[in-house]
Amino acid sequence: MRTPRKLLAWSLGSLAVIGAVTLSTAHLSPALAAWPARATQAGPLTLVDLVFWLFSALAVGGAAGVALSRNILYTGLALLFSLLGVAGLYVFLSADFLAVAQVLIYIGGVLVLILFAVMLTNRIGEVNVSNASLGWPAGALLMAIVAPLLFAVAVEVPWKAREAPLNVTTAALGHALLQRWLLPFELASLILLATMIGAIVIARKELKAE
Amino acid sequence: MAHVNLSHFLVVAGLLFVLGLFTVLTRRNAVAVLMGVELVLNAANINLVAFNHYVVGGFGGQTFTLFVIVLAAAEAAVGLAIVLSIFHTFKTIDVRAADLMRE
Repeated sequence: MRTPRKLLAWSLGSLAVIGAVTLSTAHLSPALAAWPARATQAGPLTLVDLVFWLFSALAVGGAAGVALSRNILYTGLALLFSLLGVAGLYVFLSADFLAVAQVLIYIGGVLVLILFAVMLTNRIGEVNVSNASLGWPAGALLMAIVAPLLFAVAVEVPWKAREAPLNVTTAALGHALLQRWLLPFELASLILLATMIGAIVIARKELKAE
Repeated sequence: MAHVNLSHFLVVAGLLFVLGLFTVLTRRNAVAVLMGVELVLNAANINLVAFNHYVVGGFGGQTFTLFVIVLAAAEAAVGLAIVLSIFHTFKTIDVRAADLMRE
């Protein structure tokens, strides 16, 4: 049984990557280093926090799977978990319609399309060879440069955040779409039509008349 | 709102962005590169919705995110059609092999 061992190695590897990035960031940014202490000062964990951590772990763990998995099919499944976690995070930002749209469009549409492309372009027997990585030291280097910058901005900048109660926004979003953003909405439908025709034209097989 | 605040969402979005960037940079498989692009777009979406919720208010960020989702679907459709076309032409989807725009 190699699969459980591979799964274990996989999750350990992603944990190591996330831990290394977080540690290097904490070294650079004093506010992030003080973060765990502040979090314990603020009081016990509530259920909302726990669910938030669960969804963000799902999103980030899935993303780590996409970045690190060698098997293209596992990469697709990891992307599914990542998108699901992001949909859960939308609920915490009172974007309930976006959460549903994320599940419908990304998981129901884009991911199925991606899996179709995987099945059509790979001979299933050799999925492992087909996903070789190229230059991962360069990628890791860029990651180590970009990540501390992003996290420092996220934590250090005194954002003018206000108390924002969670509420249901689907109806109001619909009104906003059909009043203020009516022209972009119609343009989006035009773009979708153009995309559909373009995708069919590009992907069809040429019928050569000879 | 004692615990979860704007910074948490920004850090999660930053992690998603960095991992998506890593995926785009290190993969040869064109489909996997497209998956990395999806991750980057999702990180941007989280930022848009988080700032909309915590800082700005209103619906600008959510509407923008909706359009980004629509455009990501369009991008995936056209991108995968191109990948299929590349596969038919070159018999591989290694991004380094596709260096010609004709047969």
